[in-house]
Amino acid sequence: MKKLINRQAGPVGRWALGLLPFVILAVLYLVASDARLDANPNDKLLPSLSSFSDAIERMAFEPSKRSGEYTLLVDTLASLQRLGIGVAISALIGLVVGIATGSLPLFRAGISPLVTGMSLVPPLAILPILFIIFGLGELAKVMLIIIGITPFLIRDLQQRAEEIPTEQIIKMQTLGANTWQIITRLVWPQIMPRLLSSVRLSLGSAWLFLIAAEAIAATEGLGYRIFLVRRYLAMDVILPYVAWITFLAFALDFALKRYSQWRYPWFHGAQ
Amino acid sequence: MAAIEIKNLWKEYGQDVVLERLNAKVEEGEFVTVVGASGCGKTTFLKMMLGTESPTRGQLLLDGKPIPDEPDETRGIVFQRYSVLPHLTAVENVMLAGELESSRWLGRVFGGKRRALREQAEEMLASVGLDQALGKYPHELSGGMQQRLALAQALIKKPRILLLDEPFGALDPGIRRDMHELVLDLWRKQDLTVFMITHDLAEGFFLGTRMWVFDKERLDPQTPGSYGARITYDLPVGNSDKGTLQSITQSVDSTARVLGA
Repeated sequence: MKKLINRQAGPVGRWALGLLPFVILAVLYLVASDARLDANPNDKLLPSLSSFSDAIERMAFEPSKRSGEYTLLVDTLASLQRLGIGVAISALIGLVVGIATGSLPLFRAGISPLVTGMSLVPPLAILPILFIIFGLGELAKVMLIIIGITPFLIRDLQQRAEEIPTEQIIKMQTLGANTWQIITRLVWPQIMPRLLSSVRLSLGSAWLFLIAAEAIAATEGLGYRIFLVRRYLAMDVILPYVAWITFLAFALDFALKRYSQWRYPWFHGAQ
Repeated sequence: MAAIEIKNLWKEYGQDVVLERLNAKVEEGEFVTVVGASGCGKTTFLKMMLGTESPTRGQLLLDGKPIPDEPDETRGIVFQRYSVLPHLTAVENVMLAGELESSRWLGRVFGGKRRALREQAEEMLASVGLDQALGKYPHELSGGMQQRLALAQALIKKPRILLLDEPFGALDPGIRRDMHELVLDLWRKQDLTVFMITHDLAEGFFLGTRMWVFDKERLDPQTPGSYGARITYDLPVGNSDKGTLQSITQSVDSTARVLGA
């Protein structure tokens, strides 16, 4: 028998081992839920599977009695729009500033200390300021995402730009490139796949800021809904919403990863 | 007029003298190999030729004028690693110089101009034996093929001086021999002036027209930095006997031991 440290799971074994914790968690939940509902049929903390499916039916597939809209759809679109705009603007700022500070020492000297300082401000602490300045509308929520993840993106991309081997920058100059050409033909194309992976990393925080902002001031959105139904202890709605948000986050991450592999084969091949 | 003229060149970093009293003239079309122990200023010399370092004292002249203090198209370079751009295919790597020249802002050309550049690039790649790898990315090429690509990329710009910084140091011996032949062949056909840095003495002994040995004539084992390296041998390649190789090897080895200790 081989030492434990040298033992690998086969292809089937890997799937089985990966699924096992999920199955255990599901079974534990069902057992606990059953036990609580046995003691008190009106218990709201651990709803049964049937109340989940009722809640999902109500939120996703039936028009709301009040507005005639499909609640889950409206919430999802609103949240994804805020997240998309916030992340896209952050990525754009991160790309421009990151490339400038990463490849031009004079820019780095001027801007880096400011960015470092900004990145240390806890974004949620200035959320009230954002609501005061930008009102309770969409802008404040998008701004929170931008303020939350842009400093990280700038610093990460600056570092990635600095990691481009000096040899290549010298090489570009011996081929006759000026500064602008070095940035557009060397730094920018090499940074793009790294931007995608930085964005994937920052999506977690982006969701956090989105849900926090929606919880405080919104009229629709996934985060708004969760905090709204919390008042009625509606676990049958909250848990499916959390699962749905998790799925959306996973799908976004997966899509970005696949896009990067398809668009930048040289980046993923060389790793 | 000599292509490269070195007049009483010194390079110091603070207290440490790296190179001292370098004097030499290199004519157009010469192929100079520079050998020596690590720490004897070979790379520093190359950096001064490139323009990323400047001499502390003395002059380094290209066609009678001080060498520009930043890299530009007069001097082509092939490094040991990272010479080619990983995000471009082989043919795009070679087309790059032409694209940069004809489009200052976009750095890209289209249509007929692009086809012409592509034809030139394909010809150049064929001359280094890469006609089968046009559309491949560098990571899909072997180490030797990557260096062939780097040569093609540098040569299409027709640089005044071609600098090679241990270009074959990371290659297998058999492939290294092929590369030697390729470099000699390109040098003859294209009338290049070449400086090649290498730590392989044997390589310096039969490649090119002239070999420089960078070594410290005076060496204080306690403070190796107090005296710089000089060109201790300036030999025409092909006229030296075995005895010279041995004495050079011994002297370079003993310096290396002191510097490496």
